[in-house]
Amino acid sequence: MALDGGVRQAFERVLDPADVISNPVKCRAYECDGLTGYRVVPELVLLPRDAAQVAAAVRVCAEHRVPFVARGAGTGLSGGALPVADGVVISLARLKRVLEVDPVNRRAVVEPGVTNLEITAAAAPHGLYYAPDPSSQQVCTIGGNVAENSGGAHCLKYGFTTNHVLSFEVVLPDGSVVTLGTDTGEQAGPDLRGVFLGSEGTLGITTKIVVRLLRTPESVRTLLADFPSVAAAGDVVSDIVAAGIVPAAVEMMDTLAIEAAEEAVHAGYTVGVPAALVVELDGPVEECDVQFEQVKEICDRHGCTRLHIAGSPEERAAIWRGRKAAFAAVGRISPDYFVQDGVVPRTRLAEVLGRIADMGADAGIRVANVFHAGDGNLHPLVLYSAAAGETERAEKLSGQIAELCVELGGSLSGEHGIGTDKACSMPKMFSRDDLAVMARVRSAFDPQGICNPGKVLPTPRLCGERPGKYKPHPLEEAGVIERL
Amino acid sequence: MTTPAGSADTNLPQTGPSAYDDRRPPERELLDDCVHCGFCLPTCPTYQLWGEEMDSPRGRIYLMDLAQKGEIGLEGPFTEHIDQCLGCMACVTACPSGVQYDRLLESVRPQIERNVERTPSDRLFRNAIFALFPYKRRLRAAALPGAFYQRLRRVPAVAKLAEKLPGRLAAMESLLPPVSVREAFARLPTYTPAVGERRARVALLSGCVQDVFFHRVNEATVRVLAAEGCDVLVPAEQQCCGALELHSGREESALVRARREIAVFEKLDVDHVVTNVAGCGSSMKEYGHLLSDDPEWAERAAAFSARVRDVHEVLADLGPRAPRHPFRGRVAYHDACHLGHAQKVRAQPRAVLRSIPDLQLVDLPEAELCCGSAGIYNMVMPDAAAELGARKAANVRSVAPDVIVTANPGCLLQIGKHLGTTDGAADGGPIPLLHPMQLLDASIRGVPVPRS
Repeated sequence: MALDGGVRQAFERVLDPADVISNPVKCRAYECDGLTGYRVVPELVLLPRDAAQVAAAVRVCAEHRVPFVARGAGTGLSGGALPVADGVVISLARLKRVLEVDPVNRRAVVEPGVTNLEITAAAAPHGLYYAPDPSSQQVCTIGGNVAENSGGAHCLKYGFTTNHVLSFEVVLPDGSVVTLGTDTGEQAGPDLRGVFLGSEGTLGITTKIVVRLLRTPESVRTLLADFPSVAAAGDVVSDIVAAGIVPAAVEMMDTLAIEAAEEAVHAGYTVGVPAALVVELDGPVEECDVQFEQVKEICDRHGCTRLHIAGSPEERAAIWRGRKAAFAAVGRISPDYFVQDGVVPRTRLAEVLGRIADMGADAGIRVANVFHAGDGNLHPLVLYSAAAGETERAEKLSGQIAELCVELGGSLSGEHGIGTDKACSMPKMFSRDDLAVMARVRSAFDPQGICNPGKVLPTPRLCGERPGKYKPHPLEEAGVIERL
Repeated sequence: MTTPAGSADTNLPQTGPSAYDDRRPPERELLDDCVHCGFCLPTCPTYQLWGEEMDSPRGRIYLMDLAQKGEIGLEGPFTEHIDQCLGCMACVTACPSGVQYDRLLESVRPQIERNVERTPSDRLFRNAIFALFPYKRRLRAAALPGAFYQRLRRVPAVAKLAEKLPGRLAAMESLLPPVSVREAFARLPTYTPAVGERRARVALLSGCVQDVFFHRVNEATVRVLAAEGCDVLVPAEQQCCGALELHSGREESALVRARREIAVFEKLDVDHVVTNVAGCGSSMKEYGHLLSDDPEWAERAAAFSARVRDVHEVLADLGPRAPRHPFRGRVAYHDACHLGHAQKVRAQPRAVLRSIPDLQLVDLPEAELCCGSAGIYNMVMPDAAAELGARKAANVRSVAPDVIVTANPGCLLQIGKHLGTTDGAADGGPIPLLHPMQLLDASIRGVPVPRS
């Protein structure tokens, strides 16, 4: 069932008709986000220019029961912005104004299409910055960060998006506009801001977001250390934390990831070493200096083979460029790959890495590891070649890794979200009752079930078959068989 | 269950014959390099302007892939969105996966030119551009004071167009300022000996637009190269390098020009073929690739391309020798896309400028964003180009430079147009817009910095 022309006209009445894209070729550019394995061509793509137009478009959706999916920069890795067949995509790419930077109260008011890094750029003249820093921060939007409760390398010390977003204006699935949270961060009554944050676009669309800004640290010290084994690097992480140090970030990369990143950005990583750690400390100069010495000493104790200390902001930026480009750079060493995202307790890091290595060896599939070691958030990259027919084996291995994380007392997802990708794994982590409660919360916001349907919570249809437009079987078309 | 974040190829089957003809279609491996991560979006000028996926590098590659798989044709949206690309290659710089968007664009644009019928007015306008620009004599005539419009109107195609496309013609006119008769007809000496001990022997591409509208830049370049110890040859029989045609998909005529330039320059016993124009340099460095399947020319083209250098590369390698006079002022350097993104020459122009004592080099905000000039883009897409030009001008003003320098005539014209004459330098006049060679030439000679 396609949308009827009346619905399209209704959208064209509330938006500029040029901002309603219906050409099927153009719509195909929106058929997937950063997870290209799932594709659904939307019926229409809407490009509203302000919050009022977003609300008006959602009202049309509600009135005609048209499913809608919000999309920011389309960088998500769990298929959270996968369109719905016969539905519309509402792109927030044009809502990209920084409305206010308030240095005294240390907050900024921005539209959802502003990128994470643009917030920091706007705050920088005041000596302030926005702390959560997903690796895709130069392109991912704050609206998407709110939807996914995005993390980033520095979340070890500073927390996730939820710790840095005070309030937001939301268009609910019926088209009404509400504000959740307060600008001071204090709230009486149930924490609806907390419910919405991380709901992966299933409860509504943010149109204005108030974020907390932090003072740019007085001092930042960054080192890159090579280790003879992944286990040794893992022990360093444990020892740093045990010493009472809270680093701004502790990132680990293994041989394959280092090779890819170095090839992409020539950041000074040592190609060929089994593991490298990026450790960053920030804060007052004196504290930073003392703790930096402690970290160096811990590295040495665990057989560090090379210690590179960033001597300038440029060198520091180069180290981070290498780390942050690592996902995409893996495209250089493998034709295809899955990006996995799971969490284990920090104490089980070495164990989980050992088991991943064994599982990879058994499957004959290479696994590169790039991860936020400080908080146990793993990003195994499962490398394969579709052309060589490895897809199925790799997909199975990737799923097993996520479930291994749950088995070890961790989580299915650290920061990429459940989306389309892991909805069917949710029962591995949550009981039937848990899921039923989640579904009831969702329907309280969205009784018609039109807001990013099919994501996060498992549904029989989703988990039984790939989503997509209904296509009649050739025999069905020929009248030989019929569906009952 | 997990799914691939891998190549654009993933799971999409070939559903029909490729929409491309078999002359250099985009290579499958190059399309597969894109992992759809989106890191290119913030640096893409058209995505910045319109926020539409189809007008981002990621979206365009997606369309290229769909066309290759036979799912879409070349007419309609495909051509529309490829046409709207400026070809600035900022995405090539931004891409962590090493996607060669430059190669992809270079292969699909000729596909469009060969296989898609343009509207009559669009075709006429494009033909008019390519009947004018690559020819020094026609450009000279057009550039004389007051002569441009009359001259252009005499071309029947243009006369017909004038009413249909006022925006495009106005854009074209405003980008071609009249020049003096002396400058339009001046010729560079065919041989200029090195001053003092010779350090290199080079041949200079004088260019077409460059030589007519910016002859003074060529003169400054020859003087600087000579002062820094280079014998400079300027072969008289050289013509247009074909960059404008190449970047617009007119591959055949561009390759005719490429072969002619190779034939002219390969005879010369020089260390480098030098250009002071970003667009020309990037296309001449590509000759080797473009002619790689031409048995007669492949080797000659590769040898030619290997010798091509931007003038800043040559000077940075040689290191400063001629004494410089100080320049006390703020100089904003604008990276021309075809120098910074396409040739990855960013450090050398800055190093060359820093060799001038007391000069304070300042960076522009949004430096990676194209100014909107982009070859013929500001003539065929005047509205988008104007928005980008205004944005670049605002960024220039924000750093309050005393002089702005850039190494491409298109950028000079575009930025000049959008800065206007009212936005002043400290002394109240317009901010001088120069090629770095003009500034360096003034410093070496100890003469005042020119105003234009």
